[in-house]
Amino acid sequence: MTGVRVLVGTRKGAFVLTADGTRERWEVQGPHFAGWEIYHVAGSPADPDRLYASQSGGWFGQLVQRSDDGGATWEPVGNEFAYAGVPGTHQWYDGTPHPWEFARVWHLEPSATDPDTVLAGVEDAALFRSTDGGASWQELRGLREHGSGSSWQPGAGGMCLHTIVVDPRDPARMHVAISAAGVFRTEDDGASWEPANHGLRSEGIPDEDAEVGHCVHHIAMHPDRPDTLYMQKHWDVMRSDDGGTHWYDIGEGLPTDFGFPIEVHAHDPDTVYVVPITSDSVHFPPDGRLRVYRSRSGGNEWEPLTKGLPQEHCYVNVLRDAMAVDSLDTCGVYFGTTGGQVYASPDAGETWAPIVSNLPAVLSVQVQTLR
Amino acid sequence: MTGAAMSVRVKLPAHLRKLAQVDGEVRLDVPAPVTQRSVLDALEARHPVLRGTIRDHATKRRRAFVRFFACEQDLSHEEPDAELPAEVAAGREPLLVVGAMAGG
Repeated sequence: MTGVRVLVGTRKGAFVLTADGTRERWEVQGPHFAGWEIYHVAGSPADPDRLYASQSGGWFGQLVQRSDDGGATWEPVGNEFAYAGVPGTHQWYDGTPHPWEFARVWHLEPSATDPDTVLAGVEDAALFRSTDGGASWQELRGLREHGSGSSWQPGAGGMCLHTIVVDPRDPARMHVAISAAGVFRTEDDGASWEPANHGLRSEGIPDEDAEVGHCVHHIAMHPDRPDTLYMQKHWDVMRSDDGGTHWYDIGEGLPTDFGFPIEVHAHDPDTVYVVPITSDSVHFPPDGRLRVYRSRSGGNEWEPLTKGLPQEHCYVNVLRDAMAVDSLDTCGVYFGTTGGQVYASPDAGETWAPIVSNLPAVLSVQVQTLR
Repeated sequence: MTGAAMSVRVKLPAHLRKLAQVDGEVRLDVPAPVTQRSVLDALEARHPVLRGTIRDHATKRRRAFVRFFACEQDLSHEEPDAELPAEVAAGREPLLVVGAMAGG
């Protein structure tokens, strides 16, 4: 049966929302791991019944859960994320050196071809990989040790590696994004890395166009055009057409170019979605109106999408990993809010309706298209 | 006293009982001397899923928001190798593993 499964991570548990291809009637399952922060739930493209969830909390630390039946049942797997070697220090908020300390897994990126292989982006920023279904984790230490690591500084949410983009042509080519260090890329499966931030300008750092130090919030790629990357930065919406070698600003026409998520339409590499947020200190939509902005020209023009979204008194935020698309014939777009709503559009953003309205604050939304 | 195994009772908080899939107290045979370390070693050996949740994997240090209580005392700041009260070692009183009172 054709359908979709929306995997929702929240501040107090995980939820699995399912619908058939019409995306009209939804079944809500959860909460799983009630009371725990679920930063991310991700499904394996190679086996849609294989899911991974990052479960963490202030009291009892990090766990990773795995499901082999599409989220009906779960089992805890390995939770030891040990930095390789002597991890050294990065910059603390006050500029002093601070030892690297593992805090949590922000993002899980299962392999496109092997259900047992999954990458994990963690705080303090590093990249880990498991090749045994999450039982054990090994750091790809070349990133943390590539040279600029000692100068990285945390953003307000912590020094997290939150985005992992794998090139569908060659999984040894990856981009990752770290707050607040920027984008880094590898072409040799993580052995060596280089910063990929040329063209970014950030007012909050001493050298506005520094090689590292930018607070990149999210990056997105369409698999048919892997050299084109879209970025939502702290401020600025950016684009690169050469795999991150150069970036240019595409935020003209947005009511504000601050925000967190950015996503690409499943079938059109030129169609991009963002959720403009008022400012770095005012984390809700401008004028209390929740508007998704879509560009169908790769960022040249932007249009507001509002049908079905609250257009007054709306003061929620949409976090960086809380937007996703499905790949049904008419691309579905989904996002979750810090107010506990998950909105779905079955028509590429033209109309929206809430699937659920009263979940805990949504941290992440991932979508699986089931065929 | 060293060598002889003591039957020690451990009371876990709800989140960890659920993870370990246990109801009520856990009863562990712990080789003497009965200390935080020897009790937690036995607990983690019985329930490997609890590794990393009460103390750090590598350093074995207590996680900041976990507390150890017994006999109406806070033992959280005792050395890991200090002997626990005789009442705990004898199984007459449980060692309480507690999630500290903190918001959220």
